Amino acid sequence: MDFELTDNQKMIRNMVRDFAEKEIEPVAAELDEKEEYPHDILKKMAGLGLLGIIVPSEYGGAGLDTVSYAIVIEEISKRCASTGVVTSVHNSLVSDPILKYGTEEQKKKYLPLLATGEKIGAFSATEANAGTDLGAMETTAILDGDHYVINGSKMFITSGSEAGIHIVFAITDKEAGYRGVSAFIVESNTDGFEVGSIFEKMGINASLTAELIFKDMRVPKGNLLGQEGQGFKIALGTLDGGRIGIAAQAVGIAQRALEESIEYSQQRQQFGRPISKFQAIQWKIADMATNIEAARLLLHRAAFAKDQGGHFSKEAAMAKLFASETAVKAALEGVQIHGGYGYIKEYVVERLFRDAKITEIYEGTSEAQRMVIAKNLLQ
Amino acid sequence: MNIIVCAKEVVDVSEIKTDPKTNKPILQGIDKKISDIDKNAVEEGVRIKEKLGGKVTVLSVGPSEAREYIKELLAMGADEAKIIPYADTGDYNVVSTILAGAINNLGYDIILCGEASIDLFSGQTGPRLAQKLGIPQITYAKKLEPKEDTITADRDLGDKKVTMESSYPVLISVTKEINEPRLPSLMQILGAANKPIEVIAHSSLVSEETSVLERIDIKGVSMERKNIIYKDDIDDAIGKLVENLAKDGVLG
Repeated sequence: MDFELTDNQKMIRNMVRDFAEKEIEPVAAELDEKEEYPHDILKKMAGLGLLGIIVPSEYGGAGLDTVSYAIVIEEISKRCASTGVVTSVHNSLVSDPILKYGTEEQKKKYLPLLATGEKIGAFSATEANAGTDLGAMETTAILDGDHYVINGSKMFITSGSEAGIHIVFAITDKEAGYRGVSAFIVESNTDGFEVGSIFEKMGINASLTAELIFKDMRVPKGNLLGQEGQGFKIALGTLDGGRIGIAAQAVGIAQRALEESIEYSQQRQQFGRPISKFQAIQWKIADMATNIEAARLLLHRAAFAKDQGGHFSKEAAMAKLFASETAVKAALEGVQIHGGYGYIKEYVVERLFRDAKITEIYEGTSEAQRMVIAKNLLQ
Repeated sequence: MNIIVCAKEVVDVSEIKTDPKTNKPILQGIDKKISDIDKNAVEEGVRIKEKLGGKVTVLSVGPSEAREYIKELLAMGADEAKIIPYADTGDYNVVSTILAGAINNLGYDIILCGEASIDLFSGQTGPRLAQKLGIPQITYAKKLEPKEDTITADRDLGDKKVTMESSYPVLISVTKEINEPRLPSLMQILGAANKPIEVIAHSSLVSEETSVLERIDIKGVSMERKNIIYKDDIDDAIGKLVENLAKDGVLG
């Protein structure tokens, strides 16, 4: 049993921490304010290998372990939760399933494009009427010669308008229920691929979230990911990994809230002394720190379990559930500790408060995580 | 070009707090890192290597657990590292003697140092090292122009700027302004694991460690507010403020 990070993991943490402080922090508030996608940041991240963290070196990535991956997402999200989720989706929800379920040809074609950041990835599963209940999706894919013809629409797709490579889920067999869902690798320049609305959101405003519309979109047969009917399994398996990314994002948000609160409470004077001298503030800080530590341990444990190659669904769900609830609580307390200033946009806790909430919702709501955990315990 | 860069592991001084009772710095649990300006020296060494070819060797006197930090320098592009474990790196005479001993066993053209370490900031190790090796030195370089046979350096001396040229071998101490140290990519970090780190015992390098530094105490600078409020007529208030500041020696 060893809770120490390896030398490599520490070096990666230090490098990403430096990078995020120098390159992300100065622009994060502005990107949020203007709802601008972090194109420049992603380009710089690609140069450092951060868009191909888990992709093996033969496909142009760094081939790192999942704990290192969690460290990267945490450090990025500490400075900008939007860039954090874009990076998480790109690595966990797009590169990872291609790596796991893709043919050698698909891997050779798409993984280097993703790992070098030439194309950003998006996971296009959610629909207007199919969120947690993915089996209720309505988008269809019908085989026509050498192509599948895809029709339908997708909702709330992170990086939807910016990504070049999408994992799209569609029904290939209406009669088969969730066994009739298939996954496809779709390039955004395919005819019939359209971007609909870009949604205005409460937080993570720099990660553009789009509606996608597919009209007779012809996707080569060779772009089917896995087998026909395997889509649901691919989606669930991929989301298990994605939850590690979102848990890491949540830990990053919570950690930032803690650091900002510690700093502010030691400077802010009321009744002739720093507010950190009051027990009311001390207890908040102690609880935040304890929850964050627990969340990070669950996160690293889930990441470690994924690398061991076994079943890690329960571990990932627990990490995501606990970390996201910790992020919301920490951001809430962060604003409270900052008092009136915490409600002002100039202070970063205001953004953390808006960014934290989504971690309890996307890639499986907290309710869905509890379902996954209970199912693992009671089946 | 054989380039040696001296780098020191230090505590992250921005995180140090002092014990309010004793006014002594609390060093337990403080993160460590490579002294910032030494990273500038490594960056400059790697740039010289990229321009003229050769090899960059990092030399560090300090706790042997500094491997993790030394590896960061290898990830930046240094080719190999030599660590000489020595617990008390506070005495610049001892440290420069150990460094000179180690360097005498190596071939070298350029020795690069940070202008000072960020913990004690004596700025003496580099110059003493040059003197012990008997080679020319250029301190406070903020720009280097290396050529095959000579190197030119712009020095920043505060009130004046000087350009100097030297033949090799030469020791150069650099300022923080000289460059922006690169961040290593994930691949470079992974590659650093295969670069050699040699640990050399300091006892093999110096027969007599002449400590010249007597450390009396290390204390934090206390900054207490006086909380004086000048409420009177504005002209009177300014007069009193200036008078009090002058009395405290704050005004020149």
